[in-house]
Amino acid sequence: MTTSDPSRTVAVRIEAGAGPAKAAAPSADDAAAREPAVELRDVSVYYGTFRAVRNITFDAPANAITALIGPSGSGKSTLLRAINRMNDLIPGSRFEGEILYHGQNLYAPDVDPVEVRRRIGMVFQKANPFPKSIYDNVAFGPRINGFKGNLDELVEQSLRRAVLWDEVKDKLKQSGLALSGGQQQRLCIARAIAVEPEIILMDEPASALDPRSTLQIEELMAELRASYTIIIVTHNMQQAARASDYTVFLNMGEDRAGYIVERDRTLEIFTNPKNQLTEDYVSGRFG
Amino acid sequence: MTAISRPLSDTSLRRTGADWKGLAFHGVLLGALLVSLLILFTLIADVVSRGLPVLAERGTDFLTAPTSSRPARAGVAQGIFGTLMMAVFVAIVAFPVGIMTAIYMEEYAADNRLTRFINVNIRNLAGVPSVVYGLLGLAIFVIALKDVTGGRSMIAGGVTLAVLVLPIVIITSAEAIRAVPRGLREAGFGIGASRWEVTRLLVIPQAAPGILTGTVLALSRALGETAPLILAGAVLGGFSTGSKEFVEQLFGRYTTLPVTIFDWARRPQADFRELTAAAIIVLLVVTLLANAIAILLRNRYERVG
Repeated sequence: MTTSDPSRTVAVRIEAGAGPAKAAAPSADDAAAREPAVELRDVSVYYGTFRAVRNITFDAPANAITALIGPSGSGKSTLLRAINRMNDLIPGSRFEGEILYHGQNLYAPDVDPVEVRRRIGMVFQKANPFPKSIYDNVAFGPRINGFKGNLDELVEQSLRRAVLWDEVKDKLKQSGLALSGGQQQRLCIARAIAVEPEIILMDEPASALDPRSTLQIEELMAELRASYTIIIVTHNMQQAARASDYTVFLNMGEDRAGYIVERDRTLEIFTNPKNQLTEDYVSGRFG
Repeated sequence: MTAISRPLSDTSLRRTGADWKGLAFHGVLLGALLVSLLILFTLIADVVSRGLPVLAERGTDFLTAPTSSRPARAGVAQGIFGTLMMAVFVAIVAFPVGIMTAIYMEEYAADNRLTRFINVNIRNLAGVPSVVYGLLGLAIFVIALKDVTGGRSMIAGGVTLAVLVLPIVIITSAEAIRAVPRGLREAGFGIGASRWEVTRLLVIPQAAPGILTGTVLALSRALGETAPLILAGAVLGGFSTGSKEFVEQLFGRYTTLPVTIFDWARRPQADFRELTAAAIIVLLVVTLLANAIAILLRNRYERVG
């Protein structure tokens, strides 16, 4: 058997009911009743005159993991970065539509993008710890947000939640850059949750990691789901199948803009896709 | 002859003759290095062999005596003081203005035609000959702003040098800031830091060693400049104010080491040639000391960061 065949591995996984996410997966009837953490309404993002994604509408349910999958160029990262207004930092980018968070449009004129990013944190594809100590990496966000409580406690709690505490508790003063790739990525997750956001966006957080570190990140996501809403972009279909509750499948259209092909519970997407394109993609026939 | 001179079936690993072109290139590179070293060595050896006897004979008197038309009594005290004051002016005028300009251009300004136009022109300014800056200093700081600067004064000269090195400070600082990885900024923004916080807490500390390198270059350039200062008010020859105090105030007349060297070098008396060499040694030491301080500062910053 070739383990690199995604369809086969996915199928085995799902039949066996394996993977940390599956055990706690929402049942079919509560899926519709779940309150959305963010609602995207007819979202299009442009870079200059180029439209990167068009007319995207979906909800990301609270305390669940939503995976964005799709081939290269389908606008997954662009869409993710629209949710915490990171695209604002790219010169020439333009947003159309609405993203609702507790009923407020994140793109309303009086909304401060800095506040948005404090509540909707982000973990990047390439682990990017600050060139500071492990402690200062985690303490950075609370400090700039004027945290008044016990900082040591908050740092420890954040590192514990990111399942990194035991590995670093004796070397908090060491540089975050001295850690291994997987540890650095967990440090970035600890840094993101130290400011206590409600939503965490993850842009292919495990794409540069070895399989063991990848699994650690996925287990961590399953634990974080109890307290946070997670939206993850992944290239890795097994990862989406193992670790997410809902899956949004994007594809690149004729106009090179990304659009939604199908959005459903992850189990449905991988076992009973409605769209032929989805079936082809999740079974590894294209993309 | 085919592209591969030996067929793949020939599995011999033996060397098939020397790589003459490679060796020749190696030799040319080494030659270039030797030529540069030879020129540098000749210059230093010449200066040291002429100047050292003067320094040995006069001792600290050479460093503390004012300029004089009599070679036996002439010293470089005003020159040292003037040069150090120029360094202070460059440090308090050009460094803050230049570094802040660079931060604005890289972190805040929108990337449009206007900013690109300004960027190109700052680069052009760095290539303008220093005499032109001297004329600018003469017209603006010495003549137009006479009431503020006191005419041909230390302030006029210091500000002229600061303006001269400003483009160098801006360009090197901007490059250091641009070299800060985008991921670092995104990490900061991603946890709700404002632009000011990202710039102050992440970008500037990361860029600081590079910015300091730029300031070292700018300072060395300023300390060695002669032409703009001759135009912008440095005094050649003995001081003629009649003041007993040979080190005058900021608004007073002044000279610097390079100007003193220029002045002595063109005098007819043979004794002044040796004095010139001695003054060059002093200027080299002052410049090296200034650089050493800046490099020490940079290394400290790198360790902390």
